[in-house]
Amino acid sequence: MLVSISILVFLIFFATPGVDPAARIAGRNADQLTLQQVRATFDLDKPIHIRYVSMMKHLFIDRDLTSYVNRGAEVWPQLTQAIPATLSLVFGAALIWLVLGLALGITAAGMRKSWVDPAIGIIGIIGVSLPVYWLGEVVNLITQGRLHATLFRWVPPLGYVPFTESPGGWFLALLFPWLTLSLLYAGIYIRVVRSEIVGLMQEDYIKTERAKGAGEKRILIKHASRMSLITVVSLFGLDFGALVGGSALLTEVVFGIQGVGRLTFTALQNFDLPLIMATVMYAAFFIVIANAVVDLVYAWIDPRVRRG
Amino acid sequence: MAEKLLEVKNLCVSFKTRKGVVRAVNNLSFSINHGEVLGIVGESGSGKSVSMSAVMGLIKDENAEVTGEVLFNGEDLLKKSDEELRAIRGKDIAMVFQDPMTALTPVYTIGWHIREQLQLHSNISDKDAKARAIELLEEVGIPDPAKRVNQYPHEFSGGMRQRAIIAMALSLNPKLLIADEPTTALDVTIQAQILDLLERLRKTHDSSIIIITHDMGVISELSSEVLVMYAGRMVERSTKSSLFAYPQHPYTKGLMNSVPRVDRARTSRLETISGQPASLLNLPSGCAFRSRCSSAHAACTEQPVFTADSNGYGAACFLLIEGARS
Repeated sequence: MLVSISILVFLIFFATPGVDPAARIAGRNADQLTLQQVRATFDLDKPIHIRYVSMMKHLFIDRDLTSYVNRGAEVWPQLTQAIPATLSLVFGAALIWLVLGLALGITAAGMRKSWVDPAIGIIGIIGVSLPVYWLGEVVNLITQGRLHATLFRWVPPLGYVPFTESPGGWFLALLFPWLTLSLLYAGIYIRVVRSEIVGLMQEDYIKTERAKGAGEKRILIKHASRMSLITVVSLFGLDFGALVGGSALLTEVVFGIQGVGRLTFTALQNFDLPLIMATVMYAAFFIVIANAVVDLVYAWIDPRVRRG
Repeated sequence: MAEKLLEVKNLCVSFKTRKGVVRAVNNLSFSINHGEVLGIVGESGSGKSVSMSAVMGLIKDENAEVTGEVLFNGEDLLKKSDEELRAIRGKDIAMVFQDPMTALTPVYTIGWHIREQLQLHSNISDKDAKARAIELLEEVGIPDPAKRVNQYPHEFSGGMRQRAIIAMALSLNPKLLIADEPTTALDVTIQAQILDLLERLRKTHDSSIIIITHDMGVISELSSEVLVMYAGRMVERSTKSSLFAYPQHPYTKGLMNSVPRVDRARTSRLETISGQPASLLNLPSGCAFRSRCSSAHAACTEQPVFTADSNGYGAACFLLIEGARS
């Protein structure tokens, strides 16, 4: 699958009109001779399949593939710097939204007849409807603006601090990006968990439990919520894979985090095929990994999909 | 009256809906003694399942209204709190539902379900509960119970699941087992096995059984007394033998005639009861069966009184009342 994605990306790139990598590498107004030299050094004069194999070899085997822009900066170091930032951002946010989504979703479903349910519903709608870039800017305005001198002195300036450099700094730098990114997903998960549980409460086995003399709390937690995990896991796999693959772009941009989303965005702007190829392969790889993990977790929480 | 296990008096259940009030159960009264098997027959929507849910205190809908008395061992269950009812459900009154395929939470093993039932009402250790679960599975005829106890519901066939569910229901030796169409979702051969099992367990566990069904065959197999319901009302009550020999209410006769029988000549077609079941939303005045009854006459525009003999057997039909007068 990864191979076919790489071929597709490669073909689309060269099929895009107005794309001449040689012209970009050589710079503006380069003469014909320079262009030819550039084509020769970057293998751009070879047939397309040779070019593809050569790029894959540089990317995966020699790991010395260079960008078409930025005076031949190598692709791998850029990617390996961006990956930890994105992973930190997404893992932290995922943890927050899973906890919030499950806790509030279950509470809302369990207190369907009191004011708590609509109150949580409103929180969910707010979470879903606030755009990440707007919320991020507002958060920045508050924490980095005038209040930065007083109330939010502890908030570090925008940007990512590697965990290996300073775990505390890493945590503080990511705290608001985490909260911002997770709010949207928490909103979605609250709604999904709630409606899933409300639906599951109509199932026959819930009736059996009542007839067995089980309490409503036990039925909610041990049976309905437990069953709703199956839906939550499949949804989570999709969201998590996409975010790690670069969908956290807006959050990364707003908070100045040099992550994979931002890297992909820059690469696309510059028609930088080597970098595009690298980020796409990375994204595809993580989505495949996320799906594999989801399948394993699935088998763990739902005995029906286990193999005999 | 002391030996009466369950006595239901004037039970009414109605649901408020947007279209009006649905009278699902109307003035239902019956009783069951220790060790008896009572069959409740009627077509879909006749109120048989709803009345049993009311007995169990399982009607939670805020639009529902339940009135009357449900005396279990002399105590009115309708007056009890949720907490008190929960202590009775599963322990003194157990229930088996229609579809074994969906009646167990799919992510837990059979043993887990039985253990849960035991631990909800007693302080039994995990280990002892599991040992008891294996015993119970063996008792209901599940082969290799030590292995099966660790399997999930989807690894059981429908009949085996229903056996496991019955094992679970009987695990605390309830005084009353309510079986709501326990065989409807099963193959015919499995049905017979399940009925045999219920009959055998009734004796060993000394439980009474209320069996709800629309299958006259199930009634003839198991029950000693029969109650026929139509449109939320009891229309006939009888012992099994007299019901099959002399059905009194035209509806009961219709039910009997719509079942194939080996002891009768094969006519070309089975008889059916013409017309539609009465709508509970808009119950006609008088006898609800009137519009479908071949013996309907002028008197039937009024609600017939249930005429019973000293044993409480009888029917709600003017034919009987008039027959008694003349």
